[in-house]
Amino acid sequence: MQNHAAMTNPPPLLAIETLEQSFGGVMALAGISFQTSANRIQAIIGPNGAGKTTLFNVLCGFYQPAAGSLRFNGQELRGLPPHRIAALGIARTFQNLQLFFNMTVLENVMVGCHLRAKTGLLAAALRLSSVRHEEQQLREWASEALELCGLSGQSERLAGALPYGLMKRVEMARALAAKPQLLLLDEPAAGLNDTETMALRDLIMRIRASGVTVLLVEHHMPLVMSVSDRLLVLDYGSVLAEGTPAEIQADPRVIAAYLGGAVQYAV
Amino acid sequence: MRLTGFFIFAASVVLLPVLFPDNYFVTVVGIAAGLHVILAVGLNLLMGYAGQISLGHAAFFGMGAYASAILTTRFSWPSLLAMLAGLWVAGTIAWLLARPILRLRGHYLAMATLGFGIIIHVILVQAAHWTGGPDGLGEIPPLNLLGWTVDGDQQWYGVIAAAMLLSIWLSLNIVDSRIGRALRAVRGSEFAAQMMGIDATRAKTQIFVVSALFAACAGSLFAHQQAFVSPDSFSLMISVELVTMVVLGGMASTFGAACGAIALTLLHEGLVVFEDYEMLIHGALLMAVMIFLPQGLFAGVSQGVRRGWALIASRQRHKG
Amino acid sequence: MLEQIFQFLVTGITVGSIYALVGLGFALIYNASDVVNFAQGEFVMLGAMNAIALLAAGLPLPLAAIAAVLLTTLVGLLLERFAIEPAKGASVVTTIIITIGAAIFLRGVASLLWGKNSLPLPAFSGNEPIDLGGATLLPQSLWILGGTVVLVALVNAFLNRTLLGKALLACSFNRAAAQLAGINVQVMLRLAYGLSAGLGAIAGILVAPITFSSYEAGIMLGLKGFSAAIVGGIGNPMGAVAGGLLLGVLEALGAGLISSGYKDAIAFIFVLMVLFFEPTGLFSHKAAERV
Repeated sequence: MQNHAAMTNPPPLLAIETLEQSFGGVMALAGISFQTSANRIQAIIGPNGAGKTTLFNVLCGFYQPAAGSLRFNGQELRGLPPHRIAALGIARTFQNLQLFFNMTVLENVMVGCHLRAKTGLLAAALRLSSVRHEEQQLREWASEALELCGLSGQSERLAGALPYGLMKRVEMARALAAKPQLLLLDEPAAGLNDTETMALRDLIMRIRASGVTVLLVEHHMPLVMSVSDRLLVLDYGSVLAEGTPAEIQADPRVIAAYLGGAVQYAV
Repeated sequence: MRLTGFFIFAASVVLLPVLFPDNYFVTVVGIAAGLHVILAVGLNLLMGYAGQISLGHAAFFGMGAYASAILTTRFSWPSLLAMLAGLWVAGTIAWLLARPILRLRGHYLAMATLGFGIIIHVILVQAAHWTGGPDGLGEIPPLNLLGWTVDGDQQWYGVIAAAMLLSIWLSLNIVDSRIGRALRAVRGSEFAAQMMGIDATRAKTQIFVVSALFAACAGSLFAHQQAFVSPDSFSLMISVELVTMVVLGGMASTFGAACGAIALTLLHEGLVVFEDYEMLIHGALLMAVMIFLPQGLFAGVSQGVRRGWALIASRQRHKG
Repeated sequence: MLEQIFQFLVTGITVGSIYALVGLGFALIYNASDVVNFAQGEFVMLGAMNAIALLAAGLPLPLAAIAAVLLTTLVGLLLERFAIEPAKGASVVTTIIITIGAAIFLRGVASLLWGKNSLPLPAFSGNEPIDLGGATLLPQSLWILGGTVVLVALVNAFLNRTLLGKALLACSFNRAAAQLAGINVQVMLRLAYGLSAGLGAIAGILVAPITFSSYEAGIMLGLKGFSAAIVGGIGNPMGAVAGGLLLGVLEALGAGLISSGYKDAIAFIFVLMVLFFEPTGLFSHKAAERV
């Protein structure tokens, strides 16, 4: 269908081929293939249990896939532990918050900068002057990410003491602070009200504008349809359809299987 | 400022012997407290910040002590070199042990560290040819620091106070750095920390080694200061006491651990009078603190102070 | 040589039986509450010391033993009520430290009540060794072996045949579900503490004629029992029994063939190896929690 388009596009940033993952005999991913080129907002939608979060977890090295390959900038991700995958330029947020609750907002985001700094144990223990400089630098980077996510006034608060909506933004800031090439957002709009969702939409656009490719798993159809360049529809662990929002909304299989009323709602 | 608390603490440590010269509580108890602070601050890095319990920390304390004792008495090594050797031994063993042992969690980790502590203790008792067995090793020469021989309670107070302040300073630095944040992040959410590029295994291994080094250093100082070591000083009960110090003060706070160490040392000193009741009170205290103040004494008190301070500050703001 | 090894095996199984009983107590409490009770060894000590004291007070041995078991069970219930219950929901580290505190406290009480000396309990049926084709056996060892077999069989039947026992096991599989099914988890918890205190006390009384007892006799026995539970797969009662026997035999062989001074080290090296390579235990069939 749309596959001929890929031929003329630049080489893919992320290329996933016949990816399989099963849990105790249940196929969570049944041979998924798709590609994303750089500087896109690629949404992944599908009903609960379609394999979206599993796909993220495989991408991040949290699960090792049973078969298939994942290439990021031509490099195979399969077999790499999460921290090595992060080092290649992939960051993510989590569906169920994974903040460091006992640390301040600023510290959370500074952890996001971990890979951009290089202070080792000995230098840190002795607080060499290079460490002081780097700390200053990290603080600035973290503040930039906080500002981008509209969290400037919150930096000294404990992450665990924030309201839910702000916690989600801290996760976003933390992921952005890593300056990733590819950002995975797992249901960023869940639990947000309409105003917050609109702000989120703007934020995702700004993130893309800064040169970051976004993979977005989301149930909020108006957001998905208005923000995405392309959509991947998963159902029972396989690809049901792939295309632009307009193409997906017109796809009879998608309408039949899943979207239904949501399409009209979005248009 | 970042180190305000540290400077206040350092100033009081320096002032104590000036205000109370030749006071038993300053020199004798102070030395014991100082060593306990080094041990507790090191253990707190592992327990409080990395979230890994160790019920065998006395083993590393013992390794430092026995390395100094054996190398100086049997091989006439200079004391500083023996101390370095002790650090090397403890650090290497911690590093080798870290990977398999830190994969374990909760009760499994408790059992493994406890077992390790007992194994080392048994070796100290049994390898009598080297360690002197249950009777221990005596006549350990005094500590010699580049030509200066440490002698007398006053000088020992100085040396141990300096080592203690150094350990607190190092700990504060580590906690408030890229390394310390990585460690706390692993404790908060290991998965998320890994997704930030943190190698969790490496982070835990590093801090396990650091806390073993703190303990070994305290051990070396202890051996020279006492001029005698025996396995009793490195038993399971000592490991338990070290854990008590950390939780008594409140985990995940360097000063909390230090306060816990000082408080427990003073308590022991105070309970000498009620020798028969010491165990009973120790046990009851441990239970009571964990049940009623799981955050620890220091955290409980400092939270109260902070709240009070915030209240005063807000009132003044209203007036202004 | 073969005879010697046979002797070690006999000794090992005797000692292992005690570890098995203590390990069984660990497993029961762990099943009901996910708490590892570091005061388990103190139940063993209290059983023995109570019996010794009651005997000295003039009670006949059987009566002293029964009263000692009841008293220790009461201590177990009190421990649950006043130290474990108030700290419900606390972290693993916190509960470990609470039970360690309880252990030290009980040791302190024992040393105040009965001093710091080792005290004997007379053997139940004399001290005439029984010849067993090369190996010798004290009559008390038969008491230990027999007692262990009976107790393990009773606990096993209780867990698998009675409603109450099944309820106790259900708590370990899924506490919330057990609660929904109408099981009073609180009662189960007390039951587990009472039961394992009683088991510990019996173990202590059985072994006291051989090893004597003192206020600190429970430390090592408790740790070995904990080891037995870990070797067998924590939370698996019959695994703990098997783990205890295995540990006892290994220790006796190590003590006999390598060095008796290193016997505790040998036992714990074995435990470490199990933890490193088979952390869910050697006899675990139920999928254990992620370690």
